Amino acid sequence: MKKTMIGAVCAATLTAVAATSALAAADGLSNGSVKIGVLSDMSGVYKAIEGPGAVIAAQMAIDDFGGQVLGEDIELVSADHQLKADVASSIARRWIDRDHVDMLVGMDNSAVGLAVQGLASAKKTIAINTGAGTVELTESQCSSYGIHYVYDTYALPVGTATAMVQNGGKKWFFITADYAFGHSLQDNTARVVKELGGEVVGSVNAPLSTNDFSSYLLQASSSGADVIGLANAGGDTVNSIKQANEFGIVARGQKMAGMLVFLTDVKALGLDTAKGLQFTTAFYWDRNDESREWSQRFFDKHGAMPTMVQAGVYSATMHYLEAIKAAGTDDADAVRAELGQMELNDFFVKNGKIEANGLMSHDMYLAKVKTPDQSKSDWDLLDIVSTIPAEKAYIPVAESSCSLVKQ
Amino acid sequence: MNKVFWVLLIVLGLAAPWLTYPVFAMKLLCFALFACAFNLLLGYVGLLSFGHAAFFGGAAYITGHVITAWGFGPLPGILTGTLFAMMLGAIFGALAIRRQGIYFAMITLALAQIIFFLALKLPFTGGENGLQGIPRGTLLGVFDLNEPITMYYFVFAVFMVGFLIIYRTIHSPFGQILTAIRENEPRARSLGYNVERFKLIAFTLSATLAGTAGATKAVIFQFASLTDVHWQMSGEVVLMTLLGGMGTLFGPIAGAAAVITLQDELASFGSWVQVAIGGIFVVCVLLFRRGFVGELARLVKAKSS
Repeated sequence: MKKTMIGAVCAATLTAVAATSALAAADGLSNGSVKIGVLSDMSGVYKAIEGPGAVIAAQMAIDDFGGQVLGEDIELVSADHQLKADVASSIARRWIDRDHVDMLVGMDNSAVGLAVQGLASAKKTIAINTGAGTVELTESQCSSYGIHYVYDTYALPVGTATAMVQNGGKKWFFITADYAFGHSLQDNTARVVKELGGEVVGSVNAPLSTNDFSSYLLQASSSGADVIGLANAGGDTVNSIKQANEFGIVARGQKMAGMLVFLTDVKALGLDTAKGLQFTTAFYWDRNDESREWSQRFFDKHGAMPTMVQAGVYSATMHYLEAIKAAGTDDADAVRAELGQMELNDFFVKNGKIEANGLMSHDMYLAKVKTPDQSKSDWDLLDIVSTIPAEKAYIPVAESSCSLVKQ
Repeated sequence: MNKVFWVLLIVLGLAAPWLTYPVFAMKLLCFALFACAFNLLLGYVGLLSFGHAAFFGGAAYITGHVITAWGFGPLPGILTGTLFAMMLGAIFGALAIRRQGIYFAMITLALAQIIFFLALKLPFTGGENGLQGIPRGTLLGVFDLNEPITMYYFVFAVFMVGFLIIYRTIHSPFGQILTAIRENEPRARSLGYNVERFKLIAFTLSATLAGTAGATKAVIFQFASLTDVHWQMSGEVVLMTLLGGMGTLFGPIAGAAAVITLQDELASFGSWVQVAIGGIFVVCVLLFRRGFVGELARLVKAKSS
């Protein structure tokens, strides 16, 4: 028994070693293609925002590009990082080292985004983040191969606050998720509100994943504020909006401002509950003919209208492929230099520019949720109230703390 | 039987970087050590802790912090993290072992949640971004750990040291007393053993080694994130231990290997990871309650007798 087992182990080891060396030989050839990896949350809270829709969007970009670049096939791989930075990191490593993936896109969740960007940069691979919000991606932890494409936690509150203060919402009250993300949203918003002559009449910290917002909402309601700012995200935003609706807060004249709201959140809340809510978005499908045309094609494949993240994945992939074509190589340095020179224009972005710190600075839009009477179809959810120009929306590159920006 | 496993462990352990992807192998070893440490408590003392993520993740954060902010090397960094887990384990243990069963599990869970919120809120942890960019550095000033193979053998050495400590513990008079406590606590007490003290030592030892695993993981992946201290991590280690076979020496390694492989390999199939792991767990609990290794050992025993 023992002898046969040990023999079997040795045989297995030898076979495996032989198999791996054969694999390594094949790898040298497989590099004759451009590979794009979509790394996203396919099973957790971001599934609807990025998830499988992002894979569809990337595939659409590859198909629209013709499936080939510089005479080489474009391949797509995708994986679920399960919202775990270590899973994301080991998949990304394997993709880059073994499968020769040239570009990574997606990476919702900031821990995942920072981990993958750090890793990709060490391995000279372009990582375009479309899903995470943290400004650290282009500030203290910026890298020459990382690009932050769709939105960040600076752009979202700044846009919303500017527009709302200018429309008369001078007095603000914040309901803030009690962790770094919530506080940074609140600080960024409060700064803009004060700069524009508004005031912050109060704020309250709610623990992360609170179910009962009633005491916070009552404080907000009795504070006499014009605007209630929700410095939170995901389930917290949804819960606070739902309960605000039950208290009739919007009906009594106070405005609600969401700091991080996606189209799918509005869809899930329903217009009756969310009506009147204002927030900043990078993209809305029904904004113009171009966006409608693309979104309809996406809808036919996915069964839901695209979020700004999914549209961003398409746009990022497309521009990456165009940069390869223009550079004549898929070498990361050359492609990144090319991307830095391009002016980005498509249905998603107008006059976009990728700065030295990797920030894709572009116009953002202030959106307002329609009332059920105004909505004509299932996905007719938002009105675009105004455009927030790129230079107002994002941290000016000259003020960036990123070491890649020449002072 | 055990000899076969030892040979298998050492041969596979030494050959792993050529058999599979080195980072994957390192991750597997970290979780295997974590599961083995957990098994020391669950399998040999019969204490179900639902807060082991606190030691695993807490050590990861401390290690990451002392390496990035204080310029510690990888080995002193891991030792600091381990020491932290040991102290945390002693404190948690002293509080938790006063109760049994579900109350014990709940106390450990509650204490672990405190660590989770500290990791979320303390300034040095980076909140939800996690602690990023921990340099791997050079081991003893000689070995460059940025080399995947060097890093792997370092991790393998750490794992073997941890595993041998567990092996020694189980096969010592101390380990016999732990088993006696598991089987019949009042009887062990009536024989004059200070049950509380033994439980506390076992708890602290388990926490310490869980900390070693977490600290090593922080160095491998170069970050510590909230996932490491989240209660789901405590759940995952229970799953690994049960899948492989609790109360067996090698079971947790097999369990960790199964779970980590599924997480990595099924990632490209989208949301099927959770479904698959859940399904396997249910099948395992219903059909072979002793876990992979437990059932295998039973079969071999039945055949030879």
